[in-house]
Amino acid sequence: MIFTLKIWRQKNASDKGGLVTYKAEDISPDSSFFEMLDQLNQQLIAKGEDPVAFDHDCREGICGTCSLYINGRPHGPLKGTTTCQLHMRSFRNGETIYVEPWRCGAFPVIKDLIVDRSAFDKIIQAGGYVSVNSGGIPDANTIPVPKPDADAAFDAAACIGCGACVASCPNASAMLFVGAKVSHLALLPQGRVEAEHRVQKMVATMDSLGFGNCSNTYACEAECPKEIAVTNIARMNREFLAAKIFAEKEKQISFTL
Amino acid sequence: MDRSERRTLSSITGKVIMALAGLFLVVFLLVHLGINLLLMADDGGRAFTGAATFMATNPVIRLFEVVLFGGFLIHMMFGVGVSIRNRRSRPVRYQHKSESETSPLSRYMLHSGIIVFIFLALHLIDFYFIKVGLVAPPAGVERHDFYHRSLVLFSDKGYSAVYLVGFLFLGFHLNHAVQAAFQTIGMNHNKYTAGIKVFSMLYAIIVAGGFMTIPLWFIFFR
Ligand code: HEM
Ligand code: SF4
Ligand code: FES
Repeated sequence: MIFTLKIWRQKNASDKGGLVTYKAEDISPDSSFFEMLDQLNQQLIAKGEDPVAFDHDCREGICGTCSLYINGRPHGPLKGTTTCQLHMRSFRNGETIYVEPWRCGAFPVIKDLIVDRSAFDKIIQAGGYVSVNSGGIPDANTIPVPKPDADAAFDAAACIGCGACVASCPNASAMLFVGAKVSHLALLPQGRVEAEHRVQKMVATMDSLGFGNCSNTYACEAECPKEIAVTNIARMNREFLAAKIFAEKEKQISFTL
Repeated sequence: MDRSERRTLSSITGKVIMALAGLFLVVFLLVHLGINLLLMADDGGRAFTGAATFMATNPVIRLFEVVLFGGFLIHMMFGVGVSIRNRRSRPVRYQHKSESETSPLSRYMLHSGIIVFIFLALHLIDFYFIKVGLVAPPAGVERHDFYHRSLVLFSDKGYSAVYLVGFLFLGFHLNHAVQAAFQTIGMNHNKYTAGIKVFSMLYAIIVAGGFMTIPLWFIFFR
């Protein structure tokens, strides 16, 4: 197969960057999107040019490292898949393919297609954990969890932190990611203990990093490779409001209303 | 500390306030529509004028007029504020336009909102400003006589067209707005969310359609 690629090239964080056109020829329909880019990079290296930098790690849809905004959609045209699971047979022969980095003020471009997603780490550090001292492994079922809650928590926990929700959102909002992280802990008894503080801290951190506000377009749900549902955003909003209104006050901590 | 960190309200609280103000406006629109439909009653405006007089004199309603202005103000302030912040959060934009599937019309809430606002301003000048005496009423119509004022306005094709466009865009706004407000206040559940979405669309059609029937009726049946 043959493709015309329009790829965002940017030397470093301060470079202005721009789209550069490349031709990709002799591409097998069975090669993955990344194998196609690997092939292009081999040609660039052979010509002594700088290869295109892009993020990837597991290449099997579980780590959340890969990104790429392909023809106006994060992770490309398929539903419920990451870019690393995308194959060239999903494109028309001769098609022009735009490849851009995630765009969000909180995700600055480092080089070419690689963005810095440590804003997500900061949100997790603010409360996306349970504080338990490690020790002996508790017996299974010491803490009973209702099956529907376990299922919903598991669905939320499927989030791989890739940032496609932010990339697709017209407002660059991180609500789906934070909603998923708040939900999967809030639904379980182990997470309830810190639930009220967790949601307030994570939302405050999210706000401080400059993500946009949710305006319920639901682009995130449509583009999430793990098909995380916007019910998780509603659950976070409920948790947040309940915590603001009913939570016992803690002395040293103050939050924005 | 950059400016985004110095915020007095969290993003969620701001959106909830906006959604609650919006839902209040949603209830108000039903009352307003109910009264306006009386314009089409064949009684020389008796029912309509009765309702309008009640609205203008009842002390509880007078109080709600203040709440109503407040509701609009809060909704619009937050709507514009949220939209500005949302634009800023993506300083460098994509070259390729978004192909992501979204809730219908949700991307154009600011646009539809501004069109509704323009209509609202005209509407205030045409009725409220005349009522309080800021603007002189047209010849032969008394200041408090909303019935004849409406007849004058609707006999003007240009005004009727503006009115129709205003409500068409209000319908677009509401179609997304009502279900979005429930999502914002945290009400999303597989038991009733499908129902809320249907309700949202029906509400938009009934309210926008209801208001739009009136000038059409004046043009075609009077
Ligand atoms: C009778 C008039 C109006 C009603 C009943 C109404 C109702 C609503 C409701 C219920 C929402 C959903 C809130 C949410 O997303 O949770 C909404 C959203 C919105 N409204 Fe209105 N609205 C009206 C007029 C206006 C006006 C005049 C503006 C002018 C700027 C406006 C701007 C917006 C914007 C920008 C949003 C989207 C906010 C967002 O989610 O990002 N609205 N409206
Ligand atoms: S919610 Fe979905 S799109 Fe967003 S970070 Fe998690 S897996 Fe990626
Ligand atoms: S590279 Fe791990 S999810 Fe794509």
